Amino acid sequence: MVPHPVSIRELQRETHDTFTLTLEPPDRDQGLSFIPGQFTMLYLFGTGEVPISISGDPAYPMRLVHTIRAVGSVTRTMQHMQRGSMLGVRGPFGKGWPVEEARGKDIVIIAGGIGLAPLRPVIYHLLRERGDYEHISILYGARCPADILYSRELESWGGRFDVDVSVTIDYATTDWYGDVGVVTSLLDKVRCDPGKTVVMTCGPEIMMRFAARELNRIGITDEHIYVSMERNMQCAAGTCGHCQYGPSFVCKDGPVFRLDRIRPFFGTREI
Amino acid sequence: MQDRANHRFVVTRHDFSMLLATLRERGYLLLGPTLRDQAIVYDEINGAEDLPAGWTDEQEAGQYKVKRRDDNALFAYNVGPHSWKKFLQLPSLTLWKAQKTDNGFKVEERDEATPRMAFIGVRPCELRAIAVQDQVLTGGDHIDPDYARRRKHAFIVTVQCTQAGNTCFCVSMGTGPRAEEGFDLAVTEIIDTHRHEFVIEAGTDTGAEILARVPHRSASEADWQNAQSATQRTAEQMGRQIETSGIRELLYRNAEHPRWDEVADRCLACTNCTMVCPTCFCTAVEDVTDLAGQTAERIQRWDSCFNSRYSYIHGGIVRPSTRSRYRQWLTHKLAYWHDQFGSSGCVGCGRCISWCPAGIDITEEVAAIRANDGGGMEQGRKTNE
Ligand SMILES: Cc1cc2nc3c(=O)[nH]c(=O)nc-3n(C[C@H](O)[C@H](O)[C@H](O)COP(=O)(O)OP(=O)(O)OC[C@H]3O[C@@H](n4cnc5c(N)ncnc54)[C@H](O)[C@@H]3O)c2cc1C
Ligand code: SF4
Ligand code: SF4
Repeated sequence: MVPHPVSIRELQRETHDTFTLTLEPPDRDQGLSFIPGQFTMLYLFGTGEVPISISGDPAYPMRLVHTIRAVGSVTRTMQHMQRGSMLGVRGPFGKGWPVEEARGKDIVIIAGGIGLAPLRPVIYHLLRERGDYEHISILYGARCPADILYSRELESWGGRFDVDVSVTIDYATTDWYGDVGVVTSLLDKVRCDPGKTVVMTCGPEIMMRFAARELNRIGITDEHIYVSMERNMQCAAGTCGHCQYGPSFVCKDGPVFRLDRIRPFFGTREI
Repeated sequence: MQDRANHRFVVTRHDFSMLLATLRERGYLLLGPTLRDQAIVYDEINGAEDLPAGWTDEQEAGQYKVKRRDDNALFAYNVGPHSWKKFLQLPSLTLWKAQKTDNGFKVEERDEATPRMAFIGVRPCELRAIAVQDQVLTGGDHIDPDYARRRKHAFIVTVQCTQAGNTCFCVSMGTGPRAEEGFDLAVTEIIDTHRHEFVIEAGTDTGAEILARVPHRSASEADWQNAQSATQRTAEQMGRQIETSGIRELLYRNAEHPRWDEVADRCLACTNCTMVCPTCFCTAVEDVTDLAGQTAERIQRWDSCFNSRYSYIHGGIVRPSTRSRYRQWLTHKLAYWHDQFGSSGCVGCGRCISWCPAGIDITEEVAAIRANDGGGMEQGRKTNE
């Protein structure tokens, strides 16, 4: 429960407010193994600690990667740190994406904004074991073209013949020739067999709610939809109480939940 | 412990002081009830002389008052504002410290000696509350090391309840007024015009061993019957009750009940109920540095789901309304807890009722929801969609 001091190896700008940190893993021999979808607690000396998903490739545990949007006291300071500076890290914590259950199925990934970061490890995994999965579609929504995260990778995934990538933005600018509108509007184009599809979605709660509704409408049931939830977290071990979501603790029962398991709470106001 | 029937003794009022003295000699820090600031609180005591002899209390929703009795009973009061939680899960605790170094920082884990504590006067509902906290803080994959250390050596002297308070409802929750297990010693105080003595039962070998050092006689069948009927009478005097059958499902299906709006109009979100509750376990951490910025520490403090910060995430507070916070608190206690920890989170001690400045009564709120089960449905589900 004590943060391990680790140094920043690389700090890469992604967009005007988002950056990727590559940290030295706490264990320099073994690295930090994780399941796609898990997160760590990153500590900034004397300031605070924040839950951040691991956004790197699970096949490379020596590279501990996080993609962070600078929004407040801790994350804004992290944005301006230097190579070699120290952060504290605890984890990994939580339950991840259903990579095993999804084998042999069509996969639909739906991400909004920074929500693509927690999904990137699972995308790496799917592409590495491409033969084990059927159709793979990645639907991504960002606010504007400048906010598109991992744009180079999205382009390269989109260039493959075996993955469908669609990107939409909320507000069009003159240099944008792609789709405009909410990410759920991309669902109509998706190639999948609703009876044997697994959906993984991460983004603002409202986006995930709309996505679930559309998915249900096209015949994909809650048992095949996985969502990543966000709540305040202080301990990440299920004892501080803050991340409770109905009877679940997001830190240990989630953050990734199979939708049918949280259905009574999903969409209930202020639960 | 085997053969409990052979470990029942009677100790006189005079020798009861010796029991506490023996525990002290054994190196235990004595913690027990004492009268302070017009309330019976739990604190460090020197011996039986610090117990609230001759004092009792009167409680009602939003009310607590100590009162003199016309005898010198040591334990003839009901639970006050404190619970044993404050000794096991400290209200404020430094988890670790970190020191700045040339190329970063170094973290030092705390390694403090923990006192061996003897809790004198743990009520059956409180004993159950400790068991509930054990489950929360040490029953899962992660074990709270500080709690576990304190808990491990705690010696528990339970006092069986020989009178019920107006806000008590342990019978409904199946937690009292007589404890059958979980204690080292369990005491029933017997006081009338011609005697003042304690029927004491040992629940562990350590308990039996301590008791053996105190002058006593074996309890007769009559002594034991006497002790049993004292708690039996208490069970019949319960001030309040909750119908618990199907309570989990009741609350799950009434998340949109209009009663939540009604109680929100009265609730001040003051956090009192969560602070006095012996099972509420939520904590928050704060990261601070010294003025020079060289030393940082993480301090863990009791927190409350009634605080707005509690559910803060960037972009908004998850539970901005008092309605949602009260609903969270009550539903957690009586419904979610079953899923999370396999028991109710409420032990029926009544503290949250007595110490609520608005006199909000958990038993009444549940009854109101039950009386109009499904009452929220005709309003339609309130969702953001
Ligand atoms: C499981 C999980 C995974 C996450 N993964 C990522 C990620 O990969 N990339 C990313 O950019 N963001 C992620 N977040 C959100 C990120 O934790 C918050 O943006 C961050 O805590 C904001 O901290 P701050 O101090 O900069 O902001 P402030 O608004 O100043 O917040 C103050 C404090 O409140 C708490 N807090 C604020 N927002 C959140 C939040 N959303 N969740 C939990 N605690 C919060 C933190 O303790 C924070 O230090 C994740 C959140 C969760 C719960
Ligand atoms: S909810 Fe109220 S009655 Fe129940 S254990 Fe907590 S303080 Fe006691
Ligand atoms: S229920 Fe009563 S004690 Fe609890 S927060 Fe509301 S006003 Fe305070």
